[in-house]
Amino acid sequence: MSNSVNPADIHKTMLDQQKSEHRRRLILNLVLLALLMVAPMVMYPVFLMKILCFALFAVAFNLLLGFTGLLSFGHAAFLASGAYTTGYLLTTFSGLSTELGIIAGTLVATLLGLGFALVAIRRQGIYFAMITLALSQLVFFFFVQSSFTGGEDGLHGIPRGQFLGLIDLNDNLNMYYFVLAVFLAGYLLVQRIVDSPYGQVLKAIKQNEPRAISLGYNVNRYKIIAFVISAGLAGLAGSMKTVVFQLASLNDAHWHMSGEVILMTLLGGTGTLLGPVVGAAFVVNLEYQLSQGPLADWVDAILGTIFVLTVLMFQSGIVGQVQKFMKKNIG
Amino acid sequence: MSEEYVLETRNLVKEFKGFVAVDDVNLNIRNGHIHALIGPNGAGKTTVFNLLTKFLIPTRGQILFNGRDITTMKSAAIAREGVVRSFQISAVFPHMTALENIRVALQSFEGNSFSFWKSGNCLNKLNHRAMELLDSVGLADFAHITTVELAYGRKRALELATTLAMEPQLMLLDEPTQGMGAEDVGQVVELVRKAAVGRTVLMVEHNLSVVSKLCDRITVLAQGAVLTEGDYKTVSADPRVREVYMGSASDSKASEKEANA
Repeated sequence: MSNSVNPADIHKTMLDQQKSEHRRRLILNLVLLALLMVAPMVMYPVFLMKILCFALFAVAFNLLLGFTGLLSFGHAAFLASGAYTTGYLLTTFSGLSTELGIIAGTLVATLLGLGFALVAIRRQGIYFAMITLALSQLVFFFFVQSSFTGGEDGLHGIPRGQFLGLIDLNDNLNMYYFVLAVFLAGYLLVQRIVDSPYGQVLKAIKQNEPRAISLGYNVNRYKIIAFVISAGLAGLAGSMKTVVFQLASLNDAHWHMSGEVILMTLLGGTGTLLGPVVGAAFVVNLEYQLSQGPLADWVDAILGTIFVLTVLMFQSGIVGQVQKFMKKNIG
Repeated sequence: MSEEYVLETRNLVKEFKGFVAVDDVNLNIRNGHIHALIGPNGAGKTTVFNLLTKFLIPTRGQILFNGRDITTMKSAAIAREGVVRSFQISAVFPHMTALENIRVALQSFEGNSFSFWKSGNCLNKLNHRAMELLDSVGLADFAHITTVELAYGRKRALELATTLAMEPQLMLLDEPTQGMGAEDVGQVVELVRKAAVGRTVLMVEHNLSVVSKLCDRITVLAQGAVLTEGDYKTVSADPRVREVYMGSASDSKASEKEANA
């Protein structure tokens, strides 16, 4: 404080820093986009689409865990409600265009998310997680019992149909670019939210909730909105997955799925935008590779071990570690 | 009459399962005063504090702010009305910069806090005011530092600046000098004195030398009830006050020890 620097100068430096950070992120996003654009030339498009669907699911989940500080253990319910809604509508009404089926699936998941949020939001930490788990088990039970889901068999042979009645989605490459566009929309939405004035309040709530309350914020309302958006995007991921694989099954609703998305997010890095995407790619890829080899029966055990190691040794996840490394060595 | 007092409590009671933590407390906080709430550990100071700021719900009794009953209002709502509190442990947002900490407070008046579709750049217009506030507590040079890296005394200064950003009419400070070294304490006393101009302050404080320097009026709590009230001289001369603090009366060195505590 003795060497008095002009506050205006400090302020200007900060703005410059902000700008260069935005520029860096823009470049990173463009590189990523370019990679994803050419990826189907070298890799099997259906496999890539699987990764993108789970990546969107994990990005949606991370809006809660990484940016709001809420651990939901029931996100499978949203993935599945999106999947079943879209699957049922597209199978039953053959004239329905694909995008309407997807929008309907997203809306159902959004509304379900509102229901979950209103019940769970008053509780914190482990109690919040347990309530979301219990609610998602109720949803699971509902899907098992209902006839429109096909019960244990699930829904099969769901038509992919056409996008806007113009583009034939039965072509894997067309389908891929459609999925990519939806994924990017979801990803950029979350990025925008995190950067927005609203995102700033979420950050504050995550870091010190009592203080946010004492500064006049009705924190529950902020949390509910985050939860609903997250649920809606998870539903969107489920709807997309249904169209890609032309099936919806109880797998999506099982609590395993809620656990898997936690694993993907933690492994990739919570609180980073790219973390869940990397985590999803890693887990989907690993599951695929292992299922091809002699360790097929050990998939769960290996994933479990990786999870434990992540939590114990590098909590900031893959992307978090890379960021730390870059900061240290490049500055 | 109600103009004279910013905050009043009437027969405030808080019971926890068979235990009365706050027992029939009547407080009258005069407009423009720095008012201290003191008492030994477990006297119910923090509970009273939490009742006033709605972090706890009173079992019985009334709380009036500017003569208006605010007993049933929520924490966030009274904060916007101008009753803003600080916390015992320094309440900052650790992974934001000092500037961003202040902006969170300023933002609560902007009406864009639910706009999840807007760019964060629209908050930059708050930067000027935020820098002024940082400057007023001597933190302008640290605007860009992530708060977790600031020294403890600076975190408290930042917290105070954040509270001031709310333009509170009544500031509630929970042990502003807790866990501080002697130099920092002196600084905080100055900060509070500066911040209190044109406002009313109610503070819980253990450090009696701080209380003696700052406060116009003191309420002593013991076992949840008001023991006595008055200015520092009156209160410190009261043998009952010495008794609850020291366990026994008539120790001439008692008040000195308290002052250094």
